[in-house]
Amino acid sequence: MKLIKAIIKPFKLDDVREALSEVGIQGITVSEVKGFGRQKGHTELYRGAEYKVDFLPKVKIETVVSDGDVDKVVEAIRNAANTGKIGDGKIFVLPIEQAIRIRTGESGDEAL
Amino acid sequence: MAKISIVLKAVGALFLFLPAIVFAESPVTENLDSGDTSWILTSTALVLFMTLPGLALFYGGLVRSKNVLSVLMQCFSIACVVTILWVVYGYSLSFSDGGGMNGWIGGISNAFLGEVTRGSMSGTLPETVFVMFQLTFAIITPALIVGGFAERMKFSSMLLFSVLWSSLVYFPVCHWVWGGGWLAEKGLLDFAGGVVVHITAGVAAIVAAMVLGNRKGFPETPMMPHNMTMVVTGAGMLWVGWFGFNAGSALAANGDAGMAMLVTHISAACGAMAWAAMEWVKYGKASALGTVTGMVAGLGTITPASGYVGPMGALVIGLSAGILCFFATGFIKRTLKIDDSLDVFPVHGVGGILGTLLAGVFVSAGLGGVGLAEGKTISSQVGVQLTGVIATIIWTAIATFVILKLVDAIIGLRVSEDEETEGLDITQHDERGYIL
Repeated sequence: MKLIKAIIKPFKLDDVREALSEVGIQGITVSEVKGFGRQKGHTELYRGAEYKVDFLPKVKIETVVSDGDVDKVVEAIRNAANTGKIGDGKIFVLPIEQAIRIRTGESGDEAL
Repeated sequence: MAKISIVLKAVGALFLFLPAIVFAESPVTENLDSGDTSWILTSTALVLFMTLPGLALFYGGLVRSKNVLSVLMQCFSIACVVTILWVVYGYSLSFSDGGGMNGWIGGISNAFLGEVTRGSMSGTLPETVFVMFQLTFAIITPALIVGGFAERMKFSSMLLFSVLWSSLVYFPVCHWVWGGGWLAEKGLLDFAGGVVVHITAGVAAIVAAMVLGNRKGFPETPMMPHNMTMVVTGAGMLWVGWFGFNAGSALAANGDAGMAMLVTHISAACGAMAWAAMEWVKYGKASALGTVTGMVAGLGTITPASGYVGPMGALVIGLSAGILCFFATGFIKRTLKIDDSLDVFPVHGVGGILGTLLAGVFVSAGLGGVGLAEGKTISSQVGVQLTGVIATIIWTAIATFVILKLVDAIIGLRVSEDEETEGLDITQHDERGYIL
């Protein structure tokens, strides 16, 4: 099992959710996050006073998939979240030791 | 049950007789003009609406989210406290005859509104309406100062300051200009409060900002407005309310009121567009905040001139307000690094000064105004205007400084550093503006 963690542009969330449903993903966790990467921040001007905003809002998606599904899920996220402009985000793949469904006690791939 | 119904019937019967009793007490008021009266009743509501909730929302949106309630609360509390002051001695000190001291301050003959009855008159208006109308001006002036010390003053100190400031600055200056005092004698033109409201509030705000000191982290830390939608909403209410402020100051429903409304509107529009254009040229984009700030500058600047100038004067006044106040804001905040947090002085103070001086110019019939008073030239009138401006700045600055030092000595002015970081909503009121 692998944890796929993707940081994407907030307005791409619906596209990514749809693409994940299409490849059969049953559940994801979404958080609103802030951060910076190569895109850096931007500046805002209020009555001429310039403020540098270092952290931009992004959306973090987390989903755990079986080893065989990793490539197609990563591909689905990449395609859906890609705008071709700087700041599209990143996808991380991490190993997962165990997963348990609380209601039934199923574990491993069964629990996903 | 039976007993209750008997009581109800008795009360009902009493109400039946009430109108008769009221009529019996009302003396005949021959010079009452119902058109004037109804317009000033309306204007009074409009001017209170400028503070509650117009200015409160405008200021509330400009501060950080942890301080939004403190600003709303300051505006509301000032409205209540000044109302009580107005009844006790404020109206009397502002508008009654001060005898030998009349040049400087009114008397106390009307304390507790003792001489204000249902039948007493002020021109063509019931005096009650005049009392209420003027009260709404006395409310908004200290409420404007809130922008200078926002996000760092203790609630208790703010209350004490507002009481002392109204007593020592607003009531006297109001008497000088509108209550028959020395500036009225000199022929100062201040139709709706360029001197009385905007210069006093602007100067007090910058003095307060300097005495309290900058907000922690100013100017390095970003302190962005937390809700621009609130700011623009409040600004819209200010624009509408200002019709009551300026056109109401004619104290009649007549041609002066109509022209005052027209020039007020023109100046607001010009101020907004001038400020936005300055931003566009200087920073590449016009902003919502710049546009509404320019609107307030245009409105504040036309205020003293609103009853005296024509549409051409309003165009010049509005455009020059947008441009001058734009530069003043940058100068105070970024060159002098004074944390007049919501830019009260550069917008209201500078606007009030500019408008008061320009009133002396554009009052001239040749420039579309109502015409200079007999024996006055533009330069002599501007001289009078300048005297009023300078005297008001000096008196306001000194009195505000002394009041702040006094309040500081008694109960302190500022919240502690921790409290400032945590925000005034929680530390001063045990509440939060947003529970999301």
